[in-house]
Amino acid sequence: MNGFLTNRILSDVLYGITNGVTIGLVALCLVLIWRSTHILNFAQGPMAMFVTYIGLTQMDHGLGFWPAALICMVVGFLFSGLTERLIVRPLYNKAEINPIVVMVGFFTVLEAVATAIWTNIPRYPVAPFSSINFQAGGSPTALSPLAVFQIVLAVGAMALVTVLFNYTKLGLQLRASALAPEVAKLLGVRVNRLLTLGWSIAGVVGAVAAVVVAINPSGMSPSMMDGIFILGFVAAAIGGLESPLGALVAGVSMGILMQFINDYWNSNYADLVAVLILIVVLMVRPQGLFTKNTARRV
Amino acid sequence: MIKVANLNVSYGAVKALRDVSFEAPSGAITAVLGANGAGKTTLLRTISALVEPQSGQIFLDERNLVGMRPEAIARLGVAHVPEGRGVIGEFTVDENLRLGAIAHKVTLAEGIAEQFELFPILKERRKQYAATLSGGERQMLAVARAMIAQPTVLLLDEPSLGLAPKVTFDIMTTIRQLCESRKLTVLLVEQNAKSALRIADFATVLHVGTAIASRPAAEVAADDSLREYYLGMPSS
Repeated sequence: MNGFLTNRILSDVLYGITNGVTIGLVALCLVLIWRSTHILNFAQGPMAMFVTYIGLTQMDHGLGFWPAALICMVVGFLFSGLTERLIVRPLYNKAEINPIVVMVGFFTVLEAVATAIWTNIPRYPVAPFSSINFQAGGSPTALSPLAVFQIVLAVGAMALVTVLFNYTKLGLQLRASALAPEVAKLLGVRVNRLLTLGWSIAGVVGAVAAVVVAINPSGMSPSMMDGIFILGFVAAAIGGLESPLGALVAGVSMGILMQFINDYWNSNYADLVAVLILIVVLMVRPQGLFTKNTARRV
Repeated sequence: MIKVANLNVSYGAVKALRDVSFEAPSGAITAVLGANGAGKTTLLRTISALVEPQSGQIFLDERNLVGMRPEAIARLGVAHVPEGRGVIGEFTVDENLRLGAIAHKVTLAEGIAEQFELFPILKERRKQYAATLSGGERQMLAVARAMIAQPTVLLLDEPSLGLAPKVTFDIMTTIRQLCESRKLTVLLVEQNAKSALRIADFATVLHVGTAIASRPAAEVAADDSLREYYLGMPSS
């Protein structure tokens, strides 16, 4: 009985981590765009969904999974950069509500267009990883090759982004463009290009997250990112919107918590609890749990 | 050399600069004096293209800068230390300096070492966030960050703002030394006229957007009738 209990808790933690890293990737994406342009990209989920459809539907024409996933990332890079250039740039220095309205509108448009092109019947792109759990001593564990792939991917993306931002010349310019665009310009930094690049990098991370969602057993559909976007948004807010590591840690914590609610309580309550956590965090510690600054410049 | 000709700048209906013309020669400090709201900061911001003029020309040697982007002007060797110093508080001293070198073909290690020689205190503070520095240290960092790009023109907006007299004196002395050793064109905007005139070769006095005098600094300092304009009070 005791062994069963431990196994159940361990399984929930492992399932939670697996889902949580994807939530963390979505949160990371929001953090990247917030850090580079101080805009909350509400259309991020559908943007990632759209590029994933473009890439993974190539598998219908005989393309392998890896080249198709690469297409997703390249298209994600271009699409996100283009979005910044054409849709977002006119919104800088406007009232804060403007980007929110525009991005929510973009959200709706992208989902509608995706449904028109590809219908809302789910597709099941096959990844070269099994979702059947590993066996240990004759009984299944809570970890599958697919889950391990997801975890490695998320941690890898997080590490790359951290290194890029904190230890490279490019990262220094990206951070300067976000923190003090005018000062950066006076030092010769081509700020506009870097803002576009910030969105493009987020677009690649978003494509990675969406590919991970698409190859899960629930499949790929135009609304596949909606649920996870809400959780990612909550995780980004809890993480403080400024910290890539905070986003991942908050995402994983959310994933574990959601899994326990699903298993021990009622899966219908999961999203409700997520939003309640968001409200409490915003009331008690609006700067997020992982930021050093006491005041956020908005 | 910086040459400004018939420069007009408006913010909506407010005319900030009216037909301003003057020259700041190479290897000399030109002070721009005037009361609050005289247009001193606007003048520097227009030279750096942060503000667009309605009409007029700005020449860096032979090249007209009007219509260029701020980052392009910076890359031509015009360093602008903005009001409030513009150091990035969330960056360490080191990161601020590295950012200064980013657009220029200087060897980073050499450039930083050179600035640490000029401002030894920055070396001690190199791992500290710029926000934790004192006002004087931040001003030194701002100047060092500008100088690391080896500019030919240095635009300084109120370097003495909020500094103790002794610190102001030291900063001004350093600016004088830099100007002479690097043959810099320095444009020094100051409300603290006394400190500025001590080191300046030439001075331009702005009064509500109009340049009312452009003469050698000693003459401006000796002219009592000008004093009310840059001190912001009538002469007695």
